[in-house]
Amino acid sequence: MATTTQPQTDRKPATSLSNEEILRYSRHLIMPEVGMEGQLKLKNAKVLLIGTGGLGAPLGLYLAAAGVGRLALVDFDVVDFTNLQRQVTFGSDDVGKPKTEAARARLHNLNPEIQIDTFETKLTSDNALRLFKDFDVIVDGTDNFPTRYLVNDASVLLGKPNVYGSIFRFEGQATVFGMPEGPCYRCLYPEPPPPGLVPSCAEGGVLGVLPGIVGSIQAMETIKLILGAGENLVGRLLLFDALGMKFRELKLRKNPNCPMCGEHRSIHKLIDYYEFCGVRGEEAPGPEVQVPEITPRELKSRLDRGDDLFILDVREPHEFQICNLHGHLIPLGELPRRVHELDSSREIVAHCRSGKRSAEAVDFLRKAGFRKIQNLRGGILAWSDDVDPRVPKY
Amino acid sequence: MSVKVMIPTPLRAYAGKRDSAEFSAATVGEALSGLTSQFQELRKHLYTEDGKLRAFVNVYLNDEDIRYLAKENTPTKDGDTISIIPSIAGGSFAR
Repeated sequence: MATTTQPQTDRKPATSLSNEEILRYSRHLIMPEVGMEGQLKLKNAKVLLIGTGGLGAPLGLYLAAAGVGRLALVDFDVVDFTNLQRQVTFGSDDVGKPKTEAARARLHNLNPEIQIDTFETKLTSDNALRLFKDFDVIVDGTDNFPTRYLVNDASVLLGKPNVYGSIFRFEGQATVFGMPEGPCYRCLYPEPPPPGLVPSCAEGGVLGVLPGIVGSIQAMETIKLILGAGENLVGRLLLFDALGMKFRELKLRKNPNCPMCGEHRSIHKLIDYYEFCGVRGEEAPGPEVQVPEITPRELKSRLDRGDDLFILDVREPHEFQICNLHGHLIPLGELPRRVHELDSSREIVAHCRSGKRSAEAVDFLRKAGFRKIQNLRGGILAWSDDVDPRVPKY
Repeated sequence: MSVKVMIPTPLRAYAGKRDSAEFSAATVGEALSGLTSQFQELRKHLYTEDGKLRAFVNVYLNDEDIRYLAKENTPTKDGDTISIIPSIAGGSFAR
């Protein structure tokens, strides 16, 4: 059973600040736009953060620093070494710990005055409504499409604002969904992309500081919603291009035909979001294409035997520099026009980092008439695990 | 009418790594046709097999969603910017 801290029973709204709180938040209090009234609004606010990763890091830190009276963190994951490139709530000695536990300790140290609840659990259609109902603002810091739709739908059903942020490589988006007069996520994207079409951070990479910026924008919007200050991002999609250092804005309209929040809504309860997004169950999705495979150990024994195998590496040049199996490098995107470099009479083993891109390459080459070709299952990562641990993983 | 089409990061791999491309076009649809003619691989990412724009891709003319204008028949003028905004979830492995 997932561990959770027991939330304290609902307290009566605070009507004053202690001397210590006044000193702690003095830089808020001396601004007329916040003042005692604003700080009390923050103290009485209850914010639920879905995800304590790249976006969740600045979110948790800045909302705790600002004095949001009740902050709850939902994440079922544990801290991984590769997270430290961007998930700045965690330290090196947190690797292996549940994220909610590590974040809670950090945030509590930053601001012991606030109540921090943790839910070390996966957000699902079974628990979302129950989890959301006690909170004023939901903040979406998640990393996958099924959960984004779930967070959206649950927020709309309960009438809670959903402060949305998302990132990819060096681009980010931010907006506020879920307000009664504003659009919801489904107004913008009625359907999710098929799995595998949009790469994840592990496959596409991300500049570590990018979720820091987008998450901070989400924290800012959350605070503004609580204070009722400034102009919020309802109906506005903020686009951030980190490389060009440009912010752009697009109008987000409420779709009158939206099945979730439109005039004649057809969705009245939460659905199976994994099915909706085409991802079956909890198992890692299988390769998109079924192709003949060879395991790293099998490949190693055949090479040791002296078999004449042609190793085709379909990764990018910068990946080849990290580590390689001395293969012939043709990045997947260039394969169609460089296929003449391959000799179809030879036995070819294609590989990439994890086996997905090379599966596509094998599928493409088989359709082009190559008969003696196999995919290295698990890619160079599996080679490192099963054959040669000196090969670095990345 | 010379219009600029902004290519979002997830699709740049299919557009020769470019972040934008300029086309002469009188409508949004013409500009997108220009784009998919120049970068054939983009076609399947933007359009379904029966030629409709995919639902997880939104197209904007300047700052307006074309679904609320005249969709692909929306007329364009010199200096307009067309943005393709795919949904991104941002994070680790899609589980």
